[in-house]
Amino acid sequence: MLIKIKKPWELSENDVTSVGNYKTRRDFIKAAGIVTAAGMMAPYGALARTLTAAANPYDGRDIKEELTDKRAILGYNNYYEFGMDKSDPSDNAHSLITVPWSITVDGHCEKPGTYGVEDLIDFNALEERIYRMRCVEAWSMVIPWVGVSLSEIIKKLEPTSKAKYVYFETLEDEAQMPALLRGVIKWPYKEGLRMDEAMHPLTLMAVGIYGETLANQNGAPLRLVVPWKYGFKGVKSIVKISFWEDEPNTSWMRLAPHEYGFYANVNPEVSHPRWSQAKERRIGDFSRRPTLKFNGYGEEVASLYAGMDLRKNY
Amino acid sequence: MIKDFKRPILHLICLAPSLWLFHQMWLWYNFAPHSLTANPIEYITDFTGDWTVRFLLISLSVTPLAKIFKFKILKYRRAIGLYAFYYASLHFLNYMVLDYFFDWTLILEDIFKRPALTFGMIGFTLLIPLAITSTKSIIKKMGKNWIKLHRLVYVLTIFAIVHNYMMVKADVLIPIIHASILTVLLGYRVFSYKSKKSKRSNKQLSGDRKHEAIVS
Ligand code: HEM
Repeated sequence: MLIKIKKPWELSENDVTSVGNYKTRRDFIKAAGIVTAAGMMAPYGALARTLTAAANPYDGRDIKEELTDKRAILGYNNYYEFGMDKSDPSDNAHSLITVPWSITVDGHCEKPGTYGVEDLIDFNALEERIYRMRCVEAWSMVIPWVGVSLSEIIKKLEPTSKAKYVYFETLEDEAQMPALLRGVIKWPYKEGLRMDEAMHPLTLMAVGIYGETLANQNGAPLRLVVPWKYGFKGVKSIVKISFWEDEPNTSWMRLAPHEYGFYANVNPEVSHPRWSQAKERRIGDFSRRPTLKFNGYGEEVASLYAGMDLRKNY
Repeated sequence: MIKDFKRPILHLICLAPSLWLFHQMWLWYNFAPHSLTANPIEYITDFTGDWTVRFLLISLSVTPLAKIFKFKILKYRRAIGLYAFYYASLHFLNYMVLDYFFDWTLILEDIFKRPALTFGMIGFTLLIPLAITSTKSIIKKMGKNWIKLHRLVYVLTIFAIVHNYMMVKADVLIPIIHASILTVLLGYRVFSYKSKKSKRSNKQLSGDRKHEAIVS
């Protein structure tokens, strides 16, 4: 049985056609200056809206790799608030109510308060960014996100000079999130970035994938994407943004401090204590491929960490 | 003719999880919808690992169940133990072949540098001599030594469950359940060993205590 396996790393014809179509059409429309993915894929739910995204300098740069099948992006998730298995979020996240949604902003900034998604995100200035996403569990995807640079949002909130870190929280609501009762993590889910990381042009606040609004299991209505860090930094369904002077203690640091650090930069040289980070399996591939330092974004971001010992600051 | 019609049924039940797995792998291989998630190899690791622990615990439960409820199941203990080895082999093969495809640098680093995997490897290594010495003729030849050797199954199950505990990322519920079951089984063994010992000293019996204790 085991010996017969030889083909599964190739995409099925279906996958190739859908991804292929997407690319051609995207390229075609991009030539006209605008990228849309309207009606390309079956919508995942009644709430899915088509988004229009403008071309931008980070649109798919360097990514010559195949986009990950949309079904995998929608069906293989870590979102523990909806369950521990990879298929739990897609099974359970329909209970999340994303409209209306409000985000509390506080801490060292001039514009604290409560905001709606549209207050923070200019839906006329959306960009599509194709990023690699590397999970700390040593699998990865290539995802066409839609969103805006986090820096655009931060600028609106006018952090003061005391703001050295940005802190984020995911919604914590037992009525909408069945798995909270299990208490595997101390909820709510907490994440943070250093201010220069948060302001980096690659750092994205995503509201969509594959040209449509985010599915709940992907962190609707808005989530963070930091492509050079492990996926768990990408805090989902954000309800709080705070500007702090001190480094936040994030959820995973709290759970296992010697396994997960604040920076969590993708780094094949620094192993997780329980598994190697040297290689990863791209979802849809059969064999592992080498993991790239900073997930391949070193040219853009390595300077943020100049002089730091990345083994200590993992 | 078949003397024991229950035995083939037992084999079928023990094989069922792997048959399901092979069927799903066949679907995967043919690009058909399957149940192995978007990351089939990881799923196979977890699936085979879980079934190895289950079969280890089931094989350890046979003697207590037979004693307490007078079930006539002792004759199946060996087969169930061998199925634990079968699933452990699938688990290890999947890791070696499908997951790392003989990438020895990484595999050796894993096994020697990461305690979680070291424990798994110790568990699997200890299973090998137990599986090899499971033929009737070897059992006969080894006599008491066979019983001694096969007590290793307790030790290796401890290693296996520690490995299980360490490999999960956040939710330790299942390994804790496994560990609790093992504790009860070990507790039963110690208890029955002690009560046998005290019974015997009451009756002032001499003879090979150790042997009986092991057999109990
Ligand atoms: C008797 C021996 C063993 C038993 C009972 C066992 C059992 C398990 C169990 C129960 C899990 C967790 C599955 C889950 O999370 O659902 C696991 C995970 C794992 N085992 Fe083993 N294992 C054994 C030996 C080994 C060996 C020898 C290796 C490789 C050298 C190995 C490699 C792994 C790996 C890599 C994982 C993690 C999979 C992941 O990332 O989720 N195991 N094992």
